[in-house]
Amino acid sequence: MTEQTALPDAPGTGGAGAKPDAAVVRDALGVGVAVGLSGFAFGVTSAGSGLTLAQTCALSLLVFTGASQFALVGALAAGGNPLTAAAGAFFLGVRNAFYGLRLSQLLALPRAVRPFAAQWVIDETTAVALAQPTRRGVRIGFTVTGLTLYVLWNLTTLLGALGAEAIGDTDAWGLDAAGPAVFLALLAPMLKNTTERAVAALAVLLGLGLLPVLPAGVPVLVAALAAPLVLWARGRRAGDTEDGAVRGAAEGRGER
Amino acid sequence: MSVWIAIGVTAVGCYAVKLLGLLVPAGALERPLVRRLAALLPVALLAALTAQQTFADGQRLVLDARAAGVAAAAVALLLRAPFLLVVAAAVVVTAGVRAMGG
Repeated sequence: MTEQTALPDAPGTGGAGAKPDAAVVRDALGVGVAVGLSGFAFGVTSAGSGLTLAQTCALSLLVFTGASQFALVGALAAGGNPLTAAAGAFFLGVRNAFYGLRLSQLLALPRAVRPFAAQWVIDETTAVALAQPTRRGVRIGFTVTGLTLYVLWNLTTLLGALGAEAIGDTDAWGLDAAGPAVFLALLAPMLKNTTERAVAALAVLLGLGLLPVLPAGVPVLVAALAAPLVLWARGRRAGDTEDGAVRGAAEGRGER
Repeated sequence: MSVWIAIGVTAVGCYAVKLLGLLVPAGALERPLVRRLAALLPVALLAALTAQQTFADGQRLVLDARAAGVAAAAVALLLRAPFLLVVAAAVVVTAGVRAMGG
């Protein structure tokens, strides 16, 4: 969700060697609490989009990856087909598979435990876990962040949904701006170089330009094509030179 | 009912990709191009979603109070405000502009 921004400031994240368990727990709690509280924004947005209390809570309990949840309720509110809406949310969740790959090596979990750990494989737990210098630290960081975030995210989702039902017209309170603000906050730390900015700009053009002519939910899926299109265009411009290939690979490794 | 279908499909799909990452052998998805694409996909989706939820009213594009709110969020991000403050800025400014008849 957000933690690319918060982590570099966290104490001791760059250190090598031993790090006290208490310090790992402190880092993990900091991230877990800050992001966990933002479940409130999701609860309000979801209820404001017309989902019932049970539907809103089911999303936080079962989907538990914020961007996908916001995307789904946004698409449903816009009148999108449920499968189109789910497709957009799913594609946003695909990044978690790559987090899982990194975590799998670092956590070294027994196979029987993996299905239970999987639900917590998200941006925040990955960011905290990857910042720890030892396997013990990685496991503590992953578990404490995951547990704190799961409990708080679901609790604040419930409170937000109840609150939204209590205040009625959420638009009058400006709460319809919470969704796009969350997306922007998630997006901002990803815009590190020109490739990412080009992808974002093209996606905005496609998403807005196609909105009036395609069924609800479809323009976002078409906008996702900005990623392969920009990669392809850059690959062509690099002219397959040794330099371009090496730089591309280095950039790839630099990703989260 | 269709909302529950969307929730079910999303929940199963999102859990499956999380588990996939933990289960597949390292290296299977580690090709640079695949990783690069996986990193850029959320950029494209989030950018499109931000723009749509700011400017869309059904299938029409409009400029209303939300644009001011999201602009406030952008300023908060540039000032390195924490996540919750960014969202709060968007909500407060949108509500304020609307209250003034925007």
